[in-house]
Amino acid sequence: MQVPILKQGPYLIASVQAALRDADLIALRNALTEQVGTYRSRGVIVDVTAMDVLDSFACRTLSEIASMIRLRGAQTVIVGIQPEVAFSMVQLGLKLEGVATVLDLEEGLKYMERRTKRMDHGRYGK
Amino acid sequence: MAVTGNEVRVLIKSDEDILAARQEGRELGVRLGFGPSDLAVIATSISELARNLLLYAKNGSIICWPINKEPRKGIVIQAEDEGPGIPDVEAVLKDGYSTSGGLGLGLPGVRRMMDEFAIVSHPGRGTTVTAIKWKE
Repeated sequence: MQVPILKQGPYLIASVQAALRDADLIALRNALTEQVGTYRSRGVIVDVTAMDVLDSFACRTLSEIASMIRLRGAQTVIVGIQPEVAFSMVQLGLKLEGVATVLDLEEGLKYMERRTKRMDHGRYGK
Repeated sequence: MAVTGNEVRVLIKSDEDILAARQEGRELGVRLGFGPSDLAVIATSISELARNLLLYAKNGSIICWPINKEPRKGIVIQAEDEGPGIPDVEAVLKDGYSTSGGLGLGLPGVRRMMDEFAIVSHPGRGTTVTAIKWKE
Protein backbone atom coordinates (compact mmCIF):
# COMPACT_ATOMS: atom_id res chain seq x y z
CA MET A 1 0.00 0.00 0.00
CA GLN A 2 1.39 3.37 -1.04
CA VAL A 3 1.39 6.12 1.58
CA PRO A 4 -0.26 9.35 0.42
CA ILE A 5 1.98 12.41 0.81
CA LEU A 6 0.11 15.70 1.14
CA LYS A 7 1.68 19.09 0.57
CA GLN A 8 0.55 21.51 3.25
CA GLY A 9 2.24 24.89 2.76
CA PRO A 10 5.97 24.46 3.41
CA TYR A 11 5.48 20.97 4.88
CA LEU A 12 4.91 17.46 3.60
CA ILE A 13 2.53 15.26 5.55
CA ALA A 14 2.82 11.50 5.06
CA SER A 15 -0.23 9.87 6.51
CA VAL A 16 0.17 6.13 6.97
CA GLN A 17 -3.30 4.59 6.53
CA ALA A 18 -2.66 0.94 7.42
CA ALA A 19 0.05 -1.55 8.28
CA LEU A 20 2.89 -1.32 5.77
CA ARG A 21 5.08 -3.90 4.08
CA ASP A 22 8.84 -3.37 4.38
CA ALA A 23 8.90 -2.39 0.70
CA ASP A 24 6.21 0.28 1.30
CA LEU A 25 8.28 1.82 4.10
CA ILE A 26 11.34 1.99 1.86
CA ALA A 27 9.21 3.52 -0.91
CA LEU A 28 7.91 6.13 1.55
CA ARG A 29 11.47 6.98 2.64
CA ASN A 30 12.58 7.44 -0.95
CA ALA A 31 9.50 9.45 -1.96
CA LEU A 32 9.88 11.86 0.98
CA THR A 33 13.58 12.39 0.35
CA GLU A 34 12.79 13.16 -3.29
CA GLN A 35 9.72 15.35 -2.76
CA VAL A 36 11.30 17.50 -0.06
CA GLY A 37 13.43 18.82 -2.91
CA THR A 38 10.68 18.97 -5.53
CA TYR A 39 8.47 21.12 -3.29
CA ARG A 40 11.33 22.83 -1.44
CA SER A 41 9.64 21.73 1.79
CA ARG A 42 10.89 22.89 5.17
CA GLY A 43 9.61 19.93 7.10
CA VAL A 44 8.15 16.44 6.94
CA ILE A 45 5.48 15.12 9.28
CA VAL A 46 5.01 11.34 9.33
CA ASP A 47 1.71 10.34 10.91
CA VAL A 48 1.84 6.77 12.23
CA THR A 49 -1.47 6.85 14.16
CA ALA A 50 -2.82 3.94 12.10
CA MET A 51 0.24 1.71 12.62
CA ASP A 52 -0.40 -1.07 15.14
CA VAL A 53 3.22 -2.24 15.10
CA LEU A 54 6.49 -0.35 14.94
CA ASP A 55 9.05 -3.12 14.85
CA SER A 56 12.83 -2.88 14.45
CA PHE A 57 12.60 -2.53 10.66
CA ALA A 58 9.97 0.23 10.82
CA CYS A 59 11.96 2.11 13.46
CA ARG A 60 15.16 1.80 11.48
CA THR A 61 13.38 3.16 8.40
CA LEU A 62 11.87 6.07 10.36
CA SER A 63 15.36 6.91 11.66
CA GLU A 64 16.67 6.77 8.11
CA ILE A 65 13.89 9.09 6.95
CA ALA A 66 14.77 11.63 9.66
CA SER A 67 18.49 11.46 8.83
CA MET A 68 17.99 11.72 5.08
CA ILE A 69 15.51 14.59 5.40
CA ARG A 70 17.94 16.41 7.71
CA LEU A 71 20.69 16.00 5.14
CA ARG A 72 18.30 17.52 2.60
CA GLY A 73 18.00 20.56 4.89
CA ALA A 74 14.55 19.98 6.36
CA GLN A 75 13.05 18.80 9.64
CA THR A 76 11.18 15.59 10.41
CA VAL A 77 8.71 14.82 13.17
CA ILE A 78 6.90 11.53 13.81
CA VAL A 79 3.37 11.93 15.18
CA GLY A 80 0.72 9.60 16.54
CA ILE A 81 2.65 6.71 18.14
CA GLN A 82 -0.09 4.87 20.04
CA PRO A 83 0.40 4.02 23.75
CA GLU A 84 0.51 0.24 23.23
CA VAL A 85 2.91 0.67 20.31
CA ALA A 86 5.18 2.82 22.52
CA PHE A 87 4.99 0.09 25.17
CA SER A 88 6.13 -2.69 22.86
CA MET A 89 8.81 -0.47 21.27
CA VAL A 90 10.38 0.18 24.67
CA GLN A 91 10.23 -3.52 25.56
CA LEU A 92 11.86 -4.40 22.29
CA GLY A 93 14.59 -1.84 22.98
CA LEU A 94 13.65 0.66 20.27
CA LYS A 95 13.95 4.24 21.47
CA LEU A 96 13.92 6.05 18.14
CA GLU A 97 16.62 8.32 19.57
CA GLY A 98 17.50 11.42 17.61
CA VAL A 99 14.08 11.48 15.95
CA ALA A 100 11.55 14.12 17.05
CA THR A 101 8.19 12.72 18.14
CA VAL A 102 5.07 14.57 19.27
CA LEU A 103 1.58 13.49 20.26
CA ASP A 104 -0.48 14.08 17.14
CA LEU A 105 -0.77 15.96 13.86
CA GLU A 106 -1.85 19.19 15.56
CA GLU A 107 1.25 19.16 17.77
CA GLY A 108 3.29 18.16 14.74
CA LEU A 109 2.28 21.28 12.84
CA LYS A 110 3.04 23.48 15.86
CA TYR A 111 6.41 21.78 16.25
CA MET A 112 7.22 22.46 12.61
CA GLU A 113 6.24 26.10 12.87
CA ARG A 114 8.50 26.57 15.88
CA ARG A 115 11.41 24.70 14.32
CA THR A 116 11.28 26.31 10.91
CA LYS A 117 10.75 29.80 12.35
CA ARG A 118 13.89 29.38 14.41
CA MET A 119 15.72 28.28 11.27
CA ASP A 120 14.54 31.39 9.42
CA HIS A 121 15.75 33.63 12.25
CA GLY A 122 19.10 31.92 12.13
CA ARG A 123 19.21 32.27 8.38
CA TYR A 124 18.59 36.01 8.39
CA GLY A 125 20.76 36.62 11.44
CA LYS A 126 17.95 37.87 13.68
CA MET B 1 2.13 -28.20 25.43
CA ALA B 2 -1.53 -28.91 24.92
CA VAL B 3 -2.85 -27.77 21.58
CA THR B 4 -6.49 -26.79 21.95
CA GLY B 5 -7.33 -26.29 18.28
CA ASN B 6 -7.54 -22.86 16.65
CA GLU B 7 -3.99 -23.11 15.37
CA VAL B 8 -3.04 -20.47 12.84
CA ARG B 9 -0.16 -21.09 10.48
CA VAL B 10 1.28 -18.62 7.98
CA LEU B 11 3.98 -19.46 5.49
CA ILE B 12 6.58 -16.68 5.34
CA LYS B 13 8.05 -16.18 1.89
CA SER B 14 7.87 -12.40 1.43
CA ASP B 15 7.41 -9.19 3.41
CA GLU B 16 3.70 -9.36 2.58
CA ASP B 17 3.47 -12.61 4.58
CA ILE B 18 4.92 -10.82 7.63
CA LEU B 19 1.82 -8.61 7.64
CA ALA B 20 -0.48 -11.62 7.22
CA ALA B 21 1.18 -13.47 10.13
CA ARG B 22 0.95 -10.39 12.33
CA GLN B 23 -2.74 -9.99 11.48
CA GLU B 24 -3.58 -13.68 12.08
CA GLY B 25 -1.69 -13.73 15.39
CA ARG B 26 -3.35 -10.53 16.54
CA GLU B 27 -6.81 -11.89 15.66
CA LEU B 28 -6.11 -15.05 17.66
CA GLY B 29 -4.97 -12.81 20.53
CA VAL B 30 -8.22 -10.84 20.33
CA ARG B 31 -10.23 -14.10 20.41
CA LEU B 32 -8.29 -15.16 23.50
CA GLY B 33 -9.15 -11.87 25.21
CA PHE B 34 -5.73 -10.17 25.33
CA GLY B 35 -5.68 -6.40 25.98
CA PRO B 36 -4.20 -3.73 23.65
CA SER B 37 -0.67 -3.75 25.16
CA ASP B 38 -0.37 -7.52 24.95
CA LEU B 39 -1.79 -7.51 21.42
CA ALA B 40 0.86 -5.01 20.36
CA VAL B 41 3.54 -7.15 21.99
CA ILE B 42 2.20 -10.29 20.26
CA ALA B 43 2.05 -8.58 16.84
CA THR B 44 5.53 -7.05 17.27
CA SER B 45 7.04 -10.38 18.34
CA ILE B 46 5.53 -12.12 15.31
CA SER B 47 6.91 -9.35 13.10
CA GLU B 48 10.45 -9.77 14.44
CA LEU B 49 10.36 -13.57 14.25
CA ALA B 50 8.88 -13.59 10.75
CA ARG B 51 11.50 -11.14 9.49
CA ASN B 52 14.24 -13.36 10.93
CA LEU B 53 12.79 -16.27 8.93
CA LEU B 54 13.07 -14.25 5.72
CA LEU B 55 16.51 -12.88 6.52
CA TYR B 56 18.26 -16.01 7.67
CA ALA B 57 16.29 -18.99 6.38
CA LYS B 58 14.68 -17.42 3.25
CA ASN B 59 11.34 -18.91 4.33
CA GLY B 60 9.60 -20.67 7.18
CA SER B 61 6.36 -20.72 9.13
CA ILE B 62 4.79 -18.73 11.92
CA ILE B 63 2.42 -20.87 13.95
CA CYS B 64 0.27 -19.54 16.80
CA TRP B 65 -2.03 -21.48 19.08
CA PRO B 66 -3.80 -21.06 22.40
CA ILE B 67 -2.28 -22.69 25.47
CA ASN B 68 -4.27 -23.66 28.52
CA LYS B 69 -2.26 -24.57 31.61
CA GLU B 70 -4.70 -24.10 34.48
CA PRO B 71 -5.07 -21.59 35.92
CA ARG B 72 -3.19 -19.74 33.17
CA LYS B 73 -4.21 -19.18 29.61
CA GLY B 74 -2.00 -17.79 26.91
CA ILE B 75 -0.79 -17.77 23.34
CA VAL B 76 2.15 -19.65 21.88
CA ILE B 77 4.04 -18.13 18.97
CA GLN B 78 6.39 -20.39 17.10
CA ALA B 79 8.75 -19.59 14.22
CA GLU B 80 9.96 -22.66 12.39
CA ASP B 81 12.45 -22.93 9.55
CA GLU B 82 14.69 -25.39 7.78
CA GLY B 83 17.44 -22.85 7.32
CA PRO B 84 21.14 -22.98 8.19
CA GLY B 85 20.51 -23.02 11.95
CA ILE B 86 22.17 -20.88 14.60
CA PRO B 87 25.65 -22.06 15.58
CA ASP B 88 25.84 -19.91 18.73
CA VAL B 89 22.41 -19.44 20.31
CA GLU B 90 23.87 -17.51 23.28
CA ALA B 91 25.34 -14.90 20.92
CA VAL B 92 22.08 -14.17 19.10
CA LEU B 93 20.37 -13.50 22.44
CA LYS B 94 22.73 -10.61 23.17
CA ASP B 95 21.44 -7.13 22.35
CA GLY B 96 23.16 -5.66 19.34
CA TYR B 97 24.39 -8.95 17.88
CA SER B 98 23.58 -9.05 14.18
CA THR B 99 25.00 -10.72 11.11
CA SER B 100 22.58 -8.93 8.78
CA GLY B 101 23.38 -5.28 9.48
CA GLY B 102 20.16 -4.90 11.48
CA LEU B 103 19.85 -3.54 14.97
CA GLY B 104 20.29 -6.98 16.52
CA LEU B 105 17.31 -6.43 18.79
CA GLY B 106 15.03 -9.05 17.26
CA LEU B 107 15.49 -12.19 19.34
CA PRO B 108 16.57 -10.58 22.64
CA GLY B 109 13.71 -8.12 22.18
CA VAL B 110 11.17 -10.90 21.66
CA ARG B 111 12.54 -12.65 24.74
CA ARG B 112 12.05 -9.43 26.75
CA MET B 113 8.54 -8.83 25.42
CA MET B 114 7.20 -12.37 25.88
CA ASP B 115 6.88 -14.33 29.15
CA GLU B 116 8.59 -17.52 28.02
CA PHE B 117 11.10 -18.05 25.28
CA ALA B 118 13.09 -20.97 23.88
CA ILE B 119 15.30 -21.62 20.86
CA VAL B 120 16.11 -25.05 19.50
CA SER B 121 18.55 -24.97 16.62
CA HIS B 122 20.25 -27.72 14.68
CA PRO B 123 23.01 -26.34 12.42
CA GLY B 124 22.23 -27.34 8.85
CA ARG B 125 18.70 -28.48 9.68
CA GLY B 126 16.84 -25.48 10.99
CA THR B 127 15.64 -23.50 13.96
CA THR B 128 12.49 -23.38 16.05
CA VAL B 129 11.82 -20.37 18.27
CA THR B 130 8.94 -20.73 20.71
CA ALA B 131 7.55 -17.91 22.84
CA ILE B 132 4.55 -17.70 25.15
CA LYS B 133 2.54 -14.74 26.36
CA TRP B 134 0.34 -15.49 29.38
CA LYS B 135 -2.85 -13.58 29.95
CA GLU B 136 -2.57 -11.14 32.88
